[in-house]
Amino acid sequence: MVLGGVSRVLLIEDDPAVREGLELALTRHGHRVGAVESGEQGLDRLRSDPPDVVVLDLMLPGMDGFEVCRRIRAIGEIPIIMLTARGDDMDVVAGLEAGADDYVVKPVQPRVLEARIRAVLRRIGRDQAELERHGELTIDRAGLVVTNRGVPVSLTPAELRLLLELSGTPGRVHSRQQLLDSVWEHGYFGDSRLVDACVQRLRAKIEDDSAAPVYVQTVRGFGYRFGPV
Amino acid sequence: MTPRPSLGLRARLLSAFALLCVVTTAAVAGGIYVQARNDILQRAQDAALQAMKSRLEALFPLRTSTPDQTELGRIGSTMVERNSSALVIYQKAYAQVGPPEGAPPGAPPGPPWGRGPGGNTPPSLGPEDLSRGLREQVAKGDITWQRVVRDGRPYLIIGAPLLIVEQGRTRVSGIEVYTTSSLLPEQQSIDWLATRAWLIGGAAMAFAVLLALLATRSVLRPVRELGRAARLLGEGDLRTRIAVSGSDELADVARTFNNTAAELEQHVTQLREMESDARRFVADVSHELRTPLAALAAVAEILDEEAARLPETAGKAARLVSQETLNLTELVNDLIEISRFDSGVAALTLNEVDVAELVPATLRARGWSEQVRTDLPRTVTARLDPRRVDVILANLVGNALRHGAPPVSVRLSADPQWITLEVRDHGPGLDEAVLPHAFDRFYKASAARTRSEGSGLGLAIALENARLHRGDLSVTNAPDGGALFTLRLPRRADDSDGGSG
Repeated sequence: MVLGGVSRVLLIEDDPAVREGLELALTRHGHRVGAVESGEQGLDRLRSDPPDVVVLDLMLPGMDGFEVCRRIRAIGEIPIIMLTARGDDMDVVAGLEAGADDYVVKPVQPRVLEARIRAVLRRIGRDQAELERHGELTIDRAGLVVTNRGVPVSLTPAELRLLLELSGTPGRVHSRQQLLDSVWEHGYFGDSRLVDACVQRLRAKIEDDSAAPVYVQTVRGFGYRFGPV
Repeated sequence: MTPRPSLGLRARLLSAFALLCVVTTAAVAGGIYVQARNDILQRAQDAALQAMKSRLEALFPLRTSTPDQTELGRIGSTMVERNSSALVIYQKAYAQVGPPEGAPPGAPPGPPWGRGPGGNTPPSLGPEDLSRGLREQVAKGDITWQRVVRDGRPYLIIGAPLLIVEQGRTRVSGIEVYTTSSLLPEQQSIDWLATRAWLIGGAAMAFAVLLALLATRSVLRPVRELGRAARLLGEGDLRTRIAVSGSDELADVARTFNNTAAELEQHVTQLREMESDARRFVADVSHELRTPLAALAAVAEILDEEAARLPETAGKAARLVSQETLNLTELVNDLIEISRFDSGVAALTLNEVDVAELVPATLRARGWSEQVRTDLPRTVTARLDPRRVDVILANLVGNALRHGAPPVSVRLSADPQWITLEVRDHGPGLDEAVLPHAFDRFYKASAARTRSEGSGLGLAIALENARLHRGDLSVTNAPDGGALFTLRLPRRADDSDGGSG
């Protein structure tokens, strides 16, 4: 993933000025930036030179950001940060459903984008704990491997962190604000839809029936809870 | 239900109709009744008089001018007929004779006055029953009649003197004959007439009321329709029109109403189109500004960080560009935000939130924790959109810090339905003239206020956010100085009637 603090960022943005500006800013923050102007080029670059994180503009000519997002998810669990127009709530929801891990609103200050990139790439502390078993689910906090009925589950960093956060204290309710802070480092006023969208994706991967979840349960009005299994 | 204004008109029309009908019916029926009554009585009297005269003629010549009791009885029985009784008086003597037939046998004279019912049979008459006036008239030689009512029954008494012809001269014999006949059939006819008059009058009255109802309905229905349409128009339903029928004055009014409503609708539509065009323009401009601004914002930081290493003038310029890019970003973001409220797409993302925790988080996120005093209960949970409440609070506190004087304080209180956040400073407060405009867009409290003090939309956005929660945001001057902003939010913003208390 992150090699020596330098991360590889794939920036997919059609506007040349914005692309160049962000490329300058991210490079200055020490990232190795590959900037392309369309989704098709982005997917090509993704295969030829896999990045650590994708920064993806949703408004793209040709293949739109949502489709790009879905295709990247089909390839792997690379973290995706969306660039959205301010207040286009439906875009945010659709983007999160398409598999994005986080989003920033344009015009974005590079400092903010940098913080989000660091958050999604944050190394997950490896514990020396023993293998945890929760029903059919096993969580290896040392190897950061999750298996369901013996089959490894492929999780994005955000999904993995969310699962580790929740399963660390089974039965305890975590509010959305707490999860935004601990998983996304958004502070108190993050967008709680990030949590909801991530929970949905996580459930799709580990629950037998997403509509009747066993592991990640909703506590209405309060937040989420792991188990009891 | 609102009182119907047409009720008064209806009552007035109805009572006018009814009054007209009563007066007309009373005049016509009353006139006819009086006339008919007089006619009937007159005819009865004339007939009785005629009969009496012809019977009197049958008596001639009198056998004697000084009749005894038997003779008086003979005269009396000549005078009576089926429905009358007779009294024949000569000086102190008199004879009473009842009806010759139809009367029960053995009771020749009917019962005396005042003794029980006697049907049509006239009661027997005694001299004491005759009025003095009648006796005097008869004594003078005139045939005289009098109507009397005894025991509720009308009778006709006719008195006649018997005349004697002596030596070619006619003189009063001193024998007086009085017959009493019942006027009951006539009275019944008259009563029947009166009853008919009442009945016909009543029927006419009912008919008139019915007509009046129909008439008022035909008048009032358009009036009521007009009232209803005007009310709808006032409530904002500009497409309200009235169906016009006929060509009377009411139809003219309806046509005028329709024309006015059509013009009003057209004007309002134009105004709305202009307004929405203006708003769309603002929204479009904001969105168009966003892309170049995104590029600017991406590099402004670099300029800012490099400024120290640039020559003095270039460094100042770089800082200016960087700072103004931030300001411009804030302005464009606020414009986009407010245009979202204008177009109605702003939506709440509700969460169960502890407001006592939210307030410090807002202050902390902006580095205001040290400058702002807080007065918070331990826990105040509410279901609201924390990010929007953060925006409101940040705008209020930021406004207080910029324009007011320290100390700035935030006070949170709650009741079962509402939470109340009060933000106040200890500056001079707002001018009375400014208070009503505090939440206006781009409203400048004074011409001297500079642009760098915020986008000019902060309080407007705060108010829109409060309203989106079905809450309220207001400003007053605190009694001891300083502006006091009060934010009230329902504890359950998604509960349609939870906040109505």
